[in-house]
Amino acid sequence: MAAWTPLDRNGMAARAAAYIPEGWVVNLGIGIPTEVANFIPAEREVIIHAENGVIGIGPAPPPDQVNPFLINAGVQHVTLRTGGSFVHHADSFAIARGGHLDLCVLGAFEVSETGDIANWARTADEPVKQIGGAMDLAVGAKRLWVIMEHTTKDGAPRLVRRCSYPLTAKGVVRRVYTNLAVLDVTPCGFVVRDMIPNLSWDELVARTEAPLLKD
Amino acid sequence: MIDKFVGSVAEAMAGISDGATILLGGFGDVGAPLALMEGLIEQGARELTLVCNAGGRDGSAVARLLLEGRVRKMICSYIRPASEAARLYVAGKLEVEIVPQGTLAERLRAAGAGITGFYTPTAADTIIAEGRETRDIGGKLCLLECPLPGDVALIDAWQGDRWGNLTYRESQQNFNPVMAMAAPLTIAQVRHAVGLGDIDPAQVHTPGVFVRRVVHVPG
Repeated sequence: MAAWTPLDRNGMAARAAAYIPEGWVVNLGIGIPTEVANFIPAEREVIIHAENGVIGIGPAPPPDQVNPFLINAGVQHVTLRTGGSFVHHADSFAIARGGHLDLCVLGAFEVSETGDIANWARTADEPVKQIGGAMDLAVGAKRLWVIMEHTTKDGAPRLVRRCSYPLTAKGVVRRVYTNLAVLDVTPCGFVVRDMIPNLSWDELVARTEAPLLKD
Repeated sequence: MIDKFVGSVAEAMAGISDGATILLGGFGDVGAPLALMEGLIEQGARELTLVCNAGGRDGSAVARLLLEGRVRKMICSYIRPASEAARLYVAGKLEVEIVPQGTLAERLRAAGAGITGFYTPTAADTIIAEGRETRDIGGKLCLLECPLPGDVALIDAWQGDRWGNLTYRESQQNFNPVMAMAAPLTIAQVRHAVGLGDIDPAQVHTPGVFVRRVVHVPG
């Protein structure tokens, strides 16, 4: 039987990008989700929104053309596409909270079979408090996708029956792209839409806590 | 004649008292009123409550205020693990209120707009909502959020005129326009001091009605 190779960061980002149609307004979280933009061809007009008030983010600028006033949510220098615009923070989050985003893509520690997402803290009382805009985006966007490794570095499953970490939001995740599979969250639980080549069903099930359904 | 320009950062800081709640614009360093924050360090007010997006990287002006023991409490959307704010919080020397970023912006906007509270689904299903008032609205669990006014807002803008009208560059706006609305003493540092009428009225981002003092800090 041929060996299988998990997708790397770019592989996961490219997989998600392939499903984003022209015309969507999309917020990309920091980390791998930000990389999704690199895999949307320029001729496909997708409007990338950043929580700090940028609508229509374009590719990273060449080093000699950096505009110090133009950054994304990850505080990286970016460019603005023709047609883009700027708003202040309350309007930027009105876009997120008011249901004007077709899609938000976030990273996560865990996703539950009912679409709960945990992505900001590993315990309730840890000193590291990194909510940022995740709770607003997760609740406000029309659909939420998650990109994350299928398991932790120690092999513990991240697709679980119930999240063990503090929640970011409840019942909001629609689809998960992992390094092994693409899964939809449905009223019946996780439905596997796609798997990497040569990975067996049993191998995927063994790496997942929640029950999986075949497409 | 209305003239909101003051001659120096030190003059701009007049009247900020101990215990004040200070709204600090900026996202990363973009739109952060760095000269005014240095001025605040010089000015000496203590027991401050800082409201800003994040807890600040080490070496930042926020971290300096923290290091000098001038801050009692921070209200922000996140604190990075390796930072002065995290260390002080763990040591029990800093109170921290973590607010989801959109809720933070909206609480500030509400304070400036005279909205005395609002319900939002953001964070309603999380530990942030523990012990707080929630209610079902249209089948969604929602959390009551109250306005977040400041005593002082420190703002970074691109252009300013003597009426206090302001413009911003690209993503320099971020929290600045809503914070400018949310405090009785809004102080703006501007890169360019321009004549009254030089800014196209349709391009004013923050009208001068929200601004009390303007100080010219050339880039």
